[in-house]
Amino acid sequence: MSKRLFVGVFENEQDTLKAVRASRQRGFKIVDVYAPYAVHGLEEAMGLGPSRLPWIVFALGLLGAGLKVWFEFWTTAIDWPVNVGGKPFNSLPAFVPVTFEVMVLFAAVGAVLSFFFVCRLFPGKSTVLPVSRVTDDRFAIVLEETDSRFEASEVQRIFEGLYAVHLEEQIAAEVD
Amino acid sequence: MADAVLTLRPPLIEGDKSIAQVTHDVCAPMEARPSRLWWLALAASSSLLLLGVLAIGYQVAVGVGTWGLNRTIGWAFDITNFVFWIGIGHAGTLISAILFLFRQRWRTSVNRAAEAMTIFAVMCAGIFPIIHTGRPWFAYWLFPYPNTRGSLWVNFRSPLVWDCFAISTYFTVSAMFWFIGLLPDLATIRDRATAKWRRTLAGILSLGWNGSYRAWQRYEVVYLMLAGLGTPLVISVHTIVSWDFATSVLPGWHATLFPPYFVAGAIFSGMAMVLTLMIIARKLMRLEDYITLRHIDRMAKLVILTSCIVGLSYATEFFIALYSGSSYEQFVFLNRALGPMFWAYWTMVSCNLLIPQLLWFRRIRAYVPAVFVISIFVNIGMWFERFVIIVTSLSRDFLPSNWFHYAPTRIEIATLLGSFGLFFTLFLLFCRFVPVIAVAEVKGVLKYGRPHAEAIHE
Repeated sequence: MSKRLFVGVFENEQDTLKAVRASRQRGFKIVDVYAPYAVHGLEEAMGLGPSRLPWIVFALGLLGAGLKVWFEFWTTAIDWPVNVGGKPFNSLPAFVPVTFEVMVLFAAVGAVLSFFFVCRLFPGKSTVLPVSRVTDDRFAIVLEETDSRFEASEVQRIFEGLYAVHLEEQIAAEVD
Repeated sequence: MADAVLTLRPPLIEGDKSIAQVTHDVCAPMEARPSRLWWLALAASSSLLLLGVLAIGYQVAVGVGTWGLNRTIGWAFDITNFVFWIGIGHAGTLISAILFLFRQRWRTSVNRAAEAMTIFAVMCAGIFPIIHTGRPWFAYWLFPYPNTRGSLWVNFRSPLVWDCFAISTYFTVSAMFWFIGLLPDLATIRDRATAKWRRTLAGILSLGWNGSYRAWQRYEVVYLMLAGLGTPLVISVHTIVSWDFATSVLPGWHATLFPPYFVAGAIFSGMAMVLTLMIIARKLMRLEDYITLRHIDRMAKLVILTSCIVGLSYATEFFIALYSGSSYEQFVFLNRALGPMFWAYWTMVSCNLLIPQLLWFRRIRAYVPAVFVISIFVNIGMWFERFVIIVTSLSRDFLPSNWFHYAPTRIEIATLLGSFGLFFTLFLLFCRFVPVIAVAEVKGVLKYGRPHAEAIHE
């Protein structure tokens, strides 16, 4: 289904933040905001909930640590116990360093891969920019026009009052 | 109220730049043709690299007899170089992860290059244990994998196995951290590129990044997670390196002081290497507005801090040797300071303890050539520290009939030079093909200490 989008382009983060707050106050549906850097305070302004990634990372870290303790125990004490200087076969304290490293490895690799997965980032993905220069020095707010409360002239007035440098309407074939 | 405090701070980036100017300042030198100076530097460093490749090829073909090792001194140059390079890497993680957690926003100008330095230093470090195994083609035996010998597993009680896991995890995590930080900048390069090959390559590497704030929010979370994981990781890595020594029973190595001592030493040497590289890079790439005298000043202060911790550790080692009542321990330390290798010990003390004290003076910290020279001295001093710890302790242990001396062969020196060649070759290529400054992060701190946007429209 195609969607009608309204794009407002701004020159700096303060104007963008104000425009996002104003749009949300009036109940417009914000599809996304594009920025050349991570603007602080934008997630509250857009009303985004906290990311669930930390839980994934925590779970993967635990999984890595658990698997590693089991593996060290299994190789050293069960599969082929080797007497090394009379040390006990199950030398749990000596397993701590490698367990820690593997925990960090699982958590870090998991964090990065799940980030790529949830953001749908992969090599060869074709880039879709709402307007040019959003990776350089422009900030773009993309609103959805199908909303019943949406009125292009009102948005135009608000955005122009906040020093928008460019406004345009777009038709998007598919928005996720 | 918070705004009033912010405007009182001096700006982090000089020259009152616009956002577009930052993109231009960092990306334009990469798009221009390299300077003659860059070609000269690359020629010199890649010649050293070639020397190293030849030296390694020779010692692998002929065998470990090409080294100056003997039955008394089984660890010397290789392990010294390994610990030296691993230590260098630690400052990069300090800047990228620990200073990030402490909200030190000045790190944005130096973190990209410091992280690159970490990755290259770990690559240099990785060479030495591998060739030290004597049969580097079996280096994969260090990892536990199902094999046809039983399966015979690695000994998980051995610090050398811990080291193998620590270094490989450290390299993987550092490389990912660096790439995640690079992602928005690769998108910036892609979108401003005119050459087709650059656009295509940056397009593939930037994974379709388009600056969507939904992605930015998760990006910030992942960055924080990686910083949080990287901080204990970097401490664990040098702790484990120090256990390679501390878990043995050799006087001079068998000390509970080793982990904090090694971690502080690592950050000390790494910070000195960051200063060396940054001072060269800001000059070569004309980045004086981004890597300012304030950055150099702060890094110099970290050098003094860690120098004092290292100095305290030297003193503590002597005190503990005295206090332990063990005549072997006492002998090892007297032998370090007054024995046949006294010159190495005093080189270490003067480079690591005495010379950095000059940095207490504000005028010296503000004079870039002086900071550069001091940073070189620290690099030398920290190499000698590892040499002193490893070689003097081994050369004279419990039985005088075991005592022997050590001198490096030409092959070992060529290998060390080769590692410097690899390091600088990679760093020079990095300066050409990757934005040296984290563009997206610097844009976020541009407004620090500047009048606010309200004023712009008036």
